[in-house]
Amino acid sequence: MSRLASLLVVLGVAGVAAFLVASALPLFASGEFFEILLGRWRPYASPGEFGIAPMIVGTILLAATATLLAAPAAIGLVAFAHGIAPRPLARLAMASVHFMTGIPTVLYGFVSVSLLVPFLRNAGAGGFSLLGAGLTLAALVLPTITLTLHSRIEATGLEVRLDCAALGMRPADTFLRVLLPRSGPGLLSATLLGFCRAAGDTVVALMVAGNAPQFPSSYLDSVRTLTAHIALVLSTDWSSPEFRSIAAAGLLLFVFNTALTAALRRLGPAEPPHVRELR
Amino acid sequence: MCANSAERRPRCAARLLAAFAWLSGLGLPVLLGLAISFLIARGGSTLGPSLLFGDVPALAALTGRAPVFDGLWPALAGTLALVVGTCLIALPVGIASGIYLSEFARGRWARLVNLCVDVLAAVPSILMGLLGFGLILLLRRTLLPDAGTCLLLAIACMALLVLPYSIRTTEAALQGLPEPLRLIGPSLGLTPKQNLCRVLLPTSSRGVLGGAVLTIGRAAEDLAVILLTGVVASSGLPAGLTSRFEAIPFRIFYLASEHRTGAELELAFGAAVVLMGLTAFLFGLAHLLHGGLRRRIL
Repeated sequence: MSRLASLLVVLGVAGVAAFLVASALPLFASGEFFEILLGRWRPYASPGEFGIAPMIVGTILLAATATLLAAPAAIGLVAFAHGIAPRPLARLAMASVHFMTGIPTVLYGFVSVSLLVPFLRNAGAGGFSLLGAGLTLAALVLPTITLTLHSRIEATGLEVRLDCAALGMRPADTFLRVLLPRSGPGLLSATLLGFCRAAGDTVVALMVAGNAPQFPSSYLDSVRTLTAHIALVLSTDWSSPEFRSIAAAGLLLFVFNTALTAALRRLGPAEPPHVRELR
Repeated sequence: MCANSAERRPRCAARLLAAFAWLSGLGLPVLLGLAISFLIARGGSTLGPSLLFGDVPALAALTGRAPVFDGLWPALAGTLALVVGTCLIALPVGIASGIYLSEFARGRWARLVNLCVDVLAAVPSILMGLLGFGLILLLRRTLLPDAGTCLLLAIACMALLVLPYSIRTTEAALQGLPEPLRLIGPSLGLTPKQNLCRVLLPTSSRGVLGGAVLTIGRAAEDLAVILLTGVVASSGLPAGLTSRFEAIPFRIFYLASEHRTGAELELAFGAAVVLMGLTAFLFGLAHLLHGGLRRRIL
């Protein structure tokens, strides 16, 4: 019975992959795929252009901004929880991070639209912009990065910590010189996972980034991501150029995420908790 | 504070780290608290029967005899229908797969299933929506010329999205059992199946249940999937599996950008508080059941 269920899972993934490839297949057959990949989005021009290049740039810029803003805060939080702060404060900080994983994405977007965007607009710094969306997305991916790094650092044995304490190292030194380097590629995989989640998020980008299909020239410009593009473009027919454009965007996101997942598995699988306890 | 000489530079880095850690460790709870109290301050005053039912009597609204236009009840009912349907599909498959991965899977097939769960967990939710939407376009072209996006389609896509959460939480609950407990059944002559049904599943049931609650929370909050598979701004109560529906996250999203009056914006804040309360309740319940093994970190 349970074997049957696992078969369903494999079939499900195969179905998703097959469908995305099938919907983008006509593009490969006609050689349009790279035209769409490198073109701009001008659906109403007289030969209409249905390219997604601005969206690719927008996605990468936005996800990178969010990750680069969130990663230092995550390092700070994990250091805070591993020795720098007294226990009750450390627990409060980690409980906040855990609680953030439970907050619906649409609420991040909603709070940002009603607080951050007016604030940025009053400060003369755009509004619905790459900056606003980047800040909001950073809050969204902060728990992902923090908790992944936290579990990697926790895997370092107690003896190491005791050794450091016996040598008279302060908590900040222990974290910076021993725990962080010993977590191996922990920081890298946590950051990559955060990037993955930032690039895959739809709702924050849709609500805060402004959605103009353009190459942004500054942080105060509006951008459109691949995910928002898929959500925004209305298509009514399987073979319409609009649907082909979003199918190409979908395939690109799927390939990117799958490749990154495979890379993360290479970087070291997360150990199930019971293995750690047995050692 | 920090001298420029070379041998003192390491201490400088550690001090910077400590200062920064205090900043982020104290700043995060404060900012989070401010954001939540902002939501409650703006939306709390709207809470009450009229938030759900507008000016329609509650009983008539609940039984669907009177349509509700300016309340959250249709959206709440839509979200409930979506969550129940999703769980009916995702939980049996997810829990069974989790049991399989934890207890029976060996060798190449196990690696393949594991890889598939990881890939599925990494698929952005909008792609599940695209999948459903594309399926409808394809069906229109071939078998059913008048197929349209609907509740059933949203349920199927949402089930695919939350499946990995259900699998991983079940697996983690079983894997968290102590080794002696695992061995005592077989040592007394139980077959693996008996051991699973009589010992392992009953002892890990709280963890499995906690995972189910997290899965419910995920299905209630996701917006990207339903955006493309049949959610609309006003449809009334969901009429059936083949009709369109409303949902709380979509109501918030829609009102945040399209509100025409102050009252509509107030409704959005009310909906945000309701959704916040709902997910906080589910989160707390899962935490109680779970003891906090593995959360949504993917």
